[in-house]
Amino acid sequence: MSRFEVVKTGSSASGAPPTTQKNVPHRNGEPNPSARALQEKFPSAIERVEVVWGETVVFVDAWSVHEVIRWLHDDESQRYDFLSDVTAVEYRDAEVPIEVVWHLRSLPFRRFLRIKAQLQKGTALEIESVYDIYRSADWLERECFDMFGIRFRGHPDLRRILMWEQYREGYPLRKDFPLRGRFSRSEQLRQALAQNPEARYSMEELSIADAFAELPEDMRERLSKGERTGE
Amino acid sequence: MTRRTVNVELSTTGLDAQGRPQRVPILTDDGGGLALQAPPGIEPDLEGEHMLINIGPQHPATHGVLRLVLELDGETVVRCIPHIGYLHCGFEKIGEYRQYNQIICWTDREDYLNSIGNNVAFALGAERLFGIEITERCKVLRVIASELSRIMSHLVWLGTFCIDIGAFTPFLWAFQRREEIYRLLEKWVGARLTTSATRVGGMAADIPSGWMDGLRQFIRTFPHTLDEIDRVLTKNAIWVGRTVGLGVMTPEEAVNWGLSGPMLRASGVDYDVRKDFPYLDYETYDFDVPVGTNGDVYDRYLVRFEELKQSVRILQQAADRLPDGPVNIDDPRIILPPKSKATSEMESMIHHFKVVMEGPRPPIGESYVAVESPKGEKGYYMVSDGTAKPVRWRIRPPSFVNLAAIPKMVEGHLLSDVIAINASIDIVMGEIDR
Repeated sequence: MSRFEVVKTGSSASGAPPTTQKNVPHRNGEPNPSARALQEKFPSAIERVEVVWGETVVFVDAWSVHEVIRWLHDDESQRYDFLSDVTAVEYRDAEVPIEVVWHLRSLPFRRFLRIKAQLQKGTALEIESVYDIYRSADWLERECFDMFGIRFRGHPDLRRILMWEQYREGYPLRKDFPLRGRFSRSEQLRQALAQNPEARYSMEELSIADAFAELPEDMRERLSKGERTGE
Repeated sequence: MTRRTVNVELSTTGLDAQGRPQRVPILTDDGGGLALQAPPGIEPDLEGEHMLINIGPQHPATHGVLRLVLELDGETVVRCIPHIGYLHCGFEKIGEYRQYNQIICWTDREDYLNSIGNNVAFALGAERLFGIEITERCKVLRVIASELSRIMSHLVWLGTFCIDIGAFTPFLWAFQRREEIYRLLEKWVGARLTTSATRVGGMAADIPSGWMDGLRQFIRTFPHTLDEIDRVLTKNAIWVGRTVGLGVMTPEEAVNWGLSGPMLRASGVDYDVRKDFPYLDYETYDFDVPVGTNGDVYDRYLVRFEELKQSVRILQQAADRLPDGPVNIDDPRIILPPKSKATSEMESMIHHFKVVMEGPRPPIGESYVAVESPKGEKGYYMVSDGTAKPVRWRIRPPSFVNLAAIPKMVEGHLLSDVIAINASIDIVMGEIDR
C-alpha cells in the first residue's frame, strides 16, 4: 500500500481563523466572492444572486447547472470540492416552480455556496446529474428522485432509495401528496400482506450470481413470466 | 491539529502462534506510521462461482435495520449493494406540518444517540431563520450539551464496535460512563434519550442547582475510563490486526464521496465544522482536531478516541466559563412566559396562547446551518414562507452520506471485515432513513 499525501484543507488553510457569525442581516449581506466570479464567467446562465441570512444563493439556469458546478469544482480560484447536499424545495404556492438546491463547500477557501435551479411544474422534472463531479451525489440524488420525482440525467443508478422499488403512490415530499399517504390504513395493510415474502431480492441482485437457480421452482417460473420482485 | 501514530509490533511477523501463515495484515513501522504488507499467496484463488449473501435487515452487526446484499467470491466481497429505508418515517414531511418548536422533538428521534446535539443544531438553524442572537449563558449550555452528546454517541460507537470485533469488556466500561451522562441529562431536562432540550431562542430549562458539580465529577473521572480502554485496545494485536488497512479511503476520495466527521478526518482531511465554519463561539475554545494518516478503520478508531479526550477539554473550559444571566432571549413573541406569570397575568397568558397556538413566525427566507455532530456534518436546511410552519425542512444526514461509500470500502475485503468496516462508519439508521 502506497503512502499518500495528506491534503491540507479546512482549518489549516491560509487566512485568519473564522469566527462565529453574529448579527447576520436578513437581506443584502456581503455576498460570497464566488458569486461575482460566476456572474462574470457565465453572464447568461446566472439568473440572479441573493444573500439571505448571510448565505449566498445563486440561481442558475436549469440547463447550465452541470457546467457551472463543474467550473466551481475545477477552477483553481474556487475549488468547491465538497458537495454537502442535494435536495429540492416545493413551495405551498402552486405557481412557484420547484427548486433543486445544491449546497457546496470549498474546504480550502472556507466558502459556502447555495446553487438553485428552478424547474417549472407541468414540465418534465429533469436536470443534469452532478454524479460525475461528486460521488456524494449518488445517494443524495437518488433520495431527491425518490421524494420529489426529479430525474437526474446521467445518474447511473437512479432508483428509489428510502421507499421500496415497487412503491406506486407517488413522491412523498410533493405538496400534492397527503401527509398520511394516498391509501387508507386498511388498504396499506392489505397491500403489505399481499406482498410476496419470499421475493426479497431485486432482479439485478438475482442476476449477480447463481442465486436465481437456487430459488423455488414456482418462483422462478413466475419471475421468468415477468413478475417483479419486491423487497 | 494533532496527529497520533501508534507503533505496533507483532511477535512473529508472518506466522501466528501455531506457526501457520497469518491471515491478519502484517504491520511494520517504516518511520512513524503503519504500513500494510499483504501476505502473498495465502488465500488461493478458487475460481469458484460467486455467491449471493444477505446480511440484515435484522442482524445485530448491521447496527439497525441496514441490509447489505453481498456478492462473494469465496470469502472475498466482490460487490456490495446496500438497502436502506426500513426505518423511513417521513420526518421531513411531518416537519412541514409542525411549528418550529414542535419539530425539535422530532430531531431527538432521528439520530437518537446524539439527541441533545440535534436539538441544539435545529435550534441554531431556526434562530438563523428568525434572526435571533441567543444569550451567552445559552451558548455555553449548548456547548456543554453538544459535547456531552458527542461523548455519549462515541461511547456507544466504541462499545458496539468492540462487540463487533470481539472485545466485550470495553463495551461495559463505555456504557457505564454513558449511563452517567444520561443521569446528568435526566436531572437537567427530565428525559434520558428524547431530550427535546432546546427551544427557538433558548433552552427548555436552565440547569438545576448543583448540576455543575455532577458535570465536574464526570470531567474528573472520565479520562480514567479512557485510559483503561486505551490500554486494552489501542495496541492490542487482535484489535490492530482486525482494523488496520481495512476500508481505506484516500483524502481525495473521502472529500469527493462527501464523507464528513471522523470518517473524513481519519483520511487526513482536517475539516471540522467547529473550526472551519464555527458556531456557538467554538473558536474561543482551545481544542485540537485529531487527523488520521491512513484513512482505514484503525485510524477512525484513533480519531474518535482522541475526540473523546478533546470533548472533555471543551467541557472543562465551558464549565469554567459558564456565565450567570438569562438563558432565554427576551422576546414574548418567541419565548413562552414563565408558568407563574402565564397563570396570573393577562398579558402573559395571551403571549402564552399566541406562542403555543399560532407559533412564532420567521420572515421569508431560508437557512442552512451545519454543526459537527459525532457522525459528521449535520445540516438543517429550512425554508420559510413567512408562516409558522416551514415550507421545507431538510436534514443533511452525515451517516447517510458516509454509508453511501460502503460499497467502495468493502470491495476486495473479507466477509468478516465487512462487519468491522460497517461498524467504523458509525451509522444510526434513524438518521439515515429519517
